Formats: sequence, structure tokens, C-alpha cells
Amino acid sequence: MTVSTDNAHLVTIGAESDLLRVRTTLRAESQVAGLGLTSATKFITAGSELARNIVRYALHGQGEVLIEALEEGSRKGVRATFTDAGPGIADLDAAMTDNFTTGGGLGLGLPGSRRLVDEFSIDTGPGRGTTVVITQWGR
Amino acid sequence: MPDDVPMMRIGSNLLVTLQGDLEDATVEQIERVVTREVARIQARGMLIDISGLSLVDSFVARVIARLVGMARLLGARATLVGMQPAVALTLVELGVSMKHVHTALNAEQGLARLQGLRDDRLDG
Repeated sequence: MTVSTDNAHLVTIGAESDLLRVRTTLRAESQVAGLGLTSATKFITAGSELARNIVRYALHGQGEVLIEALEEGSRKGVRATFTDAGPGIADLDAAMTDNFTTGGGLGLGLPGSRRLVDEFSIDTGPGRGTTVVITQWGR
Repeated sequence: MPDDVPMMRIGSNLLVTLQGDLEDATVEQIERVVTREVARIQARGMLIDISGLSLVDSFVARVIARLVGMARLLGARATLVGMQPAVALTLVELGVSMKHVHTALNAEQGLARLQGLRDDRLDG
């Protein structure tokens, strides 16, 4: 897989108002990758959930998202990597279960996001922050 | 922002239009303003038009469901209209249940439904 790094955007997240910038950047890169409307809507929504998780749960609500254009053969895609240095998730299995929440939300952020994207991976643990990578491919 | 909430009174119904990419704080402010307006005009029905929203995540969906619930407590039947197909598909996969929220394809059908409810009440 070739990652085109000349088209990468780093968006810092530090407040709820940053969610708009995250969504705008995800939308723009989804168009570049030629994602269909439904596929793009799912990807941007997943990104919005993950960015809000950072605002809610990460240390000082701070983190960042790296949005990169992907190319693999003739197909294009978008990858977004959400990183925070927060408390991490102690029980990942529980966190990936629908309706599990520690913050008064619906508890759909992580499991819901996973359902919306082509590829989803998460790296987390107590005290070492959380990194979530989501990828969506165009046709 | 409250002054900018696009609301229109149609008889005893309130038409609320959500559009653009909304910040969480804005969504909650709209919720407060609209709830107050429902009480102030003693609305019997409310249409929430979200055809101008290209993204509805779990937060926005939750606030909309809450707004509908509060309107109901105030005696107004609320109907959500104009959801884009891509948004509907996304909400289903996200796992957001809007099962307590009445929906209609567009504002015209939503209004017809509210009018129908009124007629039923009069007939009954």
C-alpha cells in the first residue's frame, strides 16, 4: 500500500468546537478519495464520534487526528488516526460493547464507529492513551 | 445563536429547521430555545426539518430525541422530516434508535400528518 504523505492533515483536538474542523477535513479528504455519499457520511460520522470521545475522555480533552490520503493500486481511500494521551481504556471488551458508557453518552462511539468503516483498529491500555485508526476505501 | 434558530409558526404548529454543520453547544442551545417556544405558543405540533443536515452523529440524534420527548411533555406531537438517506443508513449502523420519534419523508407529509392528527381529535 502506498500512502501519499503529501496529502496529510493534522488536526489538533482541544475543545468541542474542533469537531467541526475534524468533520470538514474528513469530508474534504473523502471527496478526494472519491468515496460515495453514503460511504463518506459513515466515515465522517465515525470520525465525529471518535473526536468527541477525545474531548470527553482524554486528558484535558486533548488529542489529535492525522488524516491521510491512501492509494492502493487503482483504488483510493482515507485513513484517520485519532491519538490521545488520556487514561486509556482498561476494559476494551466492555468499551466495544453497545451501550456501555462511563461518560453519560449513548455508549455507541466505539462499537458504532467500527460498524461504519471498512477498517478499524484500536490500541489502548491503562495509562498509555488511546489510538484509533479508521479507514474507508473508495471504489 | 438563539436568534438565529430558524423557526416558523404555522397555525398551532412549529416548524424548526436544522441546517449546516452544527457545534454541540449550538445543538443544545437550539433545543432550549425551541422547547421554550413550544411552551410559549402552546404548539400542538412540531416539525423538525433536518434535510439540511448532512451529518447526524449520536450526539445530535440524542438531542433531537430529547427535544421530541420534551415537546411531547408540553403537549406537542413532534415529527422529524427530511432525513437524508445516507444519514438514515448511518444512524442504523451506528446503532442509534429513533424508534420513539415519528418521522416523515418531507415537510409536506409531516404537516399532513399533524393536520390528520388534529382532524382525528376533532372527529373524536
